[in-house]
Amino acid sequence: MNWQIALPEIVLALCGMAILLFGVLYRRDASVPCNMLTLGAFLIAAFLVLSTPDGSGYGGLFVVDAFSRFVKILILAGAALALMLSFDYNRHEGIARFEFPVLILFAVVGMMTMVSAANLMTLYLGLELQLISLYVVTAFNRTAIRSSEAALKYFVLGALASGLLLYGISLVYGFAGSTSFAALASALSAPGGASPGLVVGIVFVIAGLVFEVSAVPFHMWTPDVYEGAPTPVTVFIGTAPKVAGMALLLRTLSTPFGHLSPDWRLLIELVSLGSMILGALAAIGQTNFKRLMAYSAIGHMGYTLIGLAAGTEAGLRGALIYLVVYVFMNVGIFAGIIAMRRQGRVFEQIADLAGLARTDPALALAFAVFLFSMAGIPPLAGFFGKLYVFLAAVQAGMWTLAIIGVLTSVVGAYYYIRIVKVMFMDAPAPAIDQRPAMVSFVAAATGLFTVFFVLFSAPIVAAAQAAAQVLFG
Amino acid sequence: MNAAGFPILSLVTWLPLVGGAIILSIRGDAEAVARNARWAALWTSLIVFGLSLVLWVKFNPSDPGFQFVENVPWMPEYGLTYHLGVDGISVLFVLLSTALTPICVLASWEIIKYQVREYMLAFLILETMMVGTFCSLDFIIFYMFFEGTLIPMYLIIGVWGGPRRIYSAFKFFLFTLAGSVLLLLAILAVWYQTGTMDIATLLHTKLPASMQIWLFLAFLASFAVKLPMWPVHTWLPDAHVEAPTAGSVMLAGVLLKFGGYGFLRFSVPLLPVASATLAPLMFALGVMAVIYTSFVALAQDDMKKLIAYSSVAHMGLVTIGTFTFNEQGLQGAMFQMLSHGVVSAALFLCVGVVYDRLHTHEIDRFGGLIDRMPFYALILMFFSLASVGLPGTSGFVGEILVMIGALQVNFWLALLGGTGMILSVGYMLYMYRRVIFGTIVHAELKNFLDLSPREVAVFAPLVVLTLWMGIYPSSFTSFWAASIGQIVQNHQMAMLHGVHLAGMLAR
Repeated sequence: MNWQIALPEIVLALCGMAILLFGVLYRRDASVPCNMLTLGAFLIAAFLVLSTPDGSGYGGLFVVDAFSRFVKILILAGAALALMLSFDYNRHEGIARFEFPVLILFAVVGMMTMVSAANLMTLYLGLELQLISLYVVTAFNRTAIRSSEAALKYFVLGALASGLLLYGISLVYGFAGSTSFAALASALSAPGGASPGLVVGIVFVIAGLVFEVSAVPFHMWTPDVYEGAPTPVTVFIGTAPKVAGMALLLRTLSTPFGHLSPDWRLLIELVSLGSMILGALAAIGQTNFKRLMAYSAIGHMGYTLIGLAAGTEAGLRGALIYLVVYVFMNVGIFAGIIAMRRQGRVFEQIADLAGLARTDPALALAFAVFLFSMAGIPPLAGFFGKLYVFLAAVQAGMWTLAIIGVLTSVVGAYYYIRIVKVMFMDAPAPAIDQRPAMVSFVAAATGLFTVFFVLFSAPIVAAAQAAAQVLFG
Repeated sequence: MNAAGFPILSLVTWLPLVGGAIILSIRGDAEAVARNARWAALWTSLIVFGLSLVLWVKFNPSDPGFQFVENVPWMPEYGLTYHLGVDGISVLFVLLSTALTPICVLASWEIIKYQVREYMLAFLILETMMVGTFCSLDFIIFYMFFEGTLIPMYLIIGVWGGPRRIYSAFKFFLFTLAGSVLLLLAILAVWYQTGTMDIATLLHTKLPASMQIWLFLAFLASFAVKLPMWPVHTWLPDAHVEAPTAGSVMLAGVLLKFGGYGFLRFSVPLLPVASATLAPLMFALGVMAVIYTSFVALAQDDMKKLIAYSSVAHMGLVTIGTFTFNEQGLQGAMFQMLSHGVVSAALFLCVGVVYDRLHTHEIDRFGGLIDRMPFYALILMFFSLASVGLPGTSGFVGEILVMIGALQVNFWLALLGGTGMILSVGYMLYMYRRVIFGTIVHAELKNFLDLSPREVAVFAPLVVLTLWMGIYPSSFTSFWAASIGQIVQNHQMAMLHGVHLAGMLAR
């Protein structure tokens, strides 16, 4: 029994329980030590992820390969950065409780399980563990009506999506006779292996997973949840689960259902087109920064899906590079949003940032870097994300997707540079409060990543290439 | 190693950023920061200019290939290299960029009152991007620099511009970006087709004719916006009117040249069949730009807008010259671009002089300036006539060469393109009369001072350059003669090959 291949997940789960115990037994305020312990647990998990050899175990339920390693590291990085941003915010909002990091940790365990899933059941269990933790952290500011409302919406729609997914899984099981990825792949490779019932099942599975990454037409929860959730939770929801959900889509569609790509490709293309167009157009009218970021996330997921729609190794590589870049830009921009506080009061309106370049040039510079990067202007990191997915689209001859993609990125650029305009060109509003050191650190680190990605992109591209090869090997 | 003995192009490209880092690190009160930022920017840009003179001295005009080449693998598995080099087409544009930057810094010395540090930083970043655009020999790197100019220019127009700066900055940004993303798709298609992004290699690569038309149209979308060509020129007058003086100088002096440079570097050599097929379209657009925008310029009552429209007309001549595919036409296009880079930059600086004193560039607010500012009147006269194409100034050489080139293609093309020269006399002198001559009717003009020593220092090099280019043009044409000759030769070869192929197919 090759149980060690799940060592990172097992250790992380045990750490979570230990931290929970510690939090209960600790006499004084346990939030600070628990945060630190959770970060430490993430670090240990990252080391374990890197040292776990390839292989599969638990009767073929669980698999470790270059792809899962790549995505897990990215998830851990995103979760750690989001957690770092939560310290000061939670204390300031009076919601600094030790359960917060523990819940984040369990969500991460769920995501890592999803990423390593080699069976539709593992996939479902991991997904549920993640979602349930996310519902709770979304409602973490329980006295604020917005937070509870967001959590309720997230829960109701999430439960619906889980139901769709489970229904799809049962259809697939009924028509193909297995839930194991390997068995499905071999069953479907036979000519005429896909019965109409199976295709319907796959469509339901795709619907459930598309909800995860908040792509059109299952995006409706995103703006409300982004706006209502406490900002550190928004950062978290905007990074790690998106990565995990996208990884799941990539793996599920290219491994067990890879032979049916002619059947699902059109669906992914439509989802991608819809997300890009909605993300670009709906964000134009937004005045709340967090809400705008929700629509921006929908758009970015659309670009990532181009890579999947291409259905080639280059496409998967592009999607993975896009995710890396997206996680860092997104965390960076939210670090700035968390710093938006004036005389102790949090504000989220973009207009309140007026003239930030005069009152806080460093923060304005960081914002500008992230916004231009999101718009895909070279030489910033966002450009490379787009470069690799569009390259894959061109190689696959998907000109419609490529041309609409670049044109929506121009529309998207409009609302990003509008924020730059507010910060750099409008008359200054009163100065914002001193930033907490941790927020400055995260913004600086992600900012440097975004600016200098051009110089050190080669190893990341190579790692993404290795990860993409696994799914096509 | 290259002719200079050290990586000169990298140094010229990246040194402005080092200056930018120094400016960022300045500490102290606002006054000291502003003062130090000005000096740091001036010294950086002067040192960069000094270094770039090495290119002028060491460049070997008889070699049509790329010189001062630096080639470092960047992402070898994808065929991407950090490949820099200049040939006869690009070397003078590099010099133009490095020469205009210190002039811009000097021209903004007292005018920029707030956020001086950020302003100087934006100009230095812009310089890096411009020089990089002309030096890069890898298509992806070229695109990165090309697009990267958007960020500093957007901020320069939007932060330090006039009353409608925000509208203009957005229009500039979105127009250019919309064109460029299509260029990006075309680049990716070329990458996929040929497997390389190395420009020196691509120039000898043949692309299938069916693909060339689409690629040409995608290139056109980007370069036509930059150049700008009718009918996508509308961002230019807005951007010029609202940009600060130095911003207009950079925009007219260098950024517009990206379009013409793109045609010469990519469209013509890379896509010979499509260029030849679509040349009539390009001629039509060029003639349209010359005639239409010249008439529009006649009706302007804003000095900057007038010069902006005249830029569109001059760039129309560049389009015509480029697509004649003969040596005179291409040389004329090159010369016209360089000459326009100097003369229009100087004209915008002239407008800046009176704008600094009255904070308007409406023509009606002036009149009779010759009484108070005789020296200024002389300078404006000189550059107006250079723009018109007076023999002895740089404008004449470019226009006459383009006309000769166009005559070899079609008489009507030359005739219609040539009307621009007549119309330009009209709108330029009409503007000049209204601003300079007549009696002073506006009281506030009475206490105007003539050019200050700083302003003289700004104009002196431009006057010298304009005369030098006009009187002894071969010291400039010799730089690109070999490269242009090669383009023409390659184009004829490709055409012969195409005819041959068509003949074989017909048989």
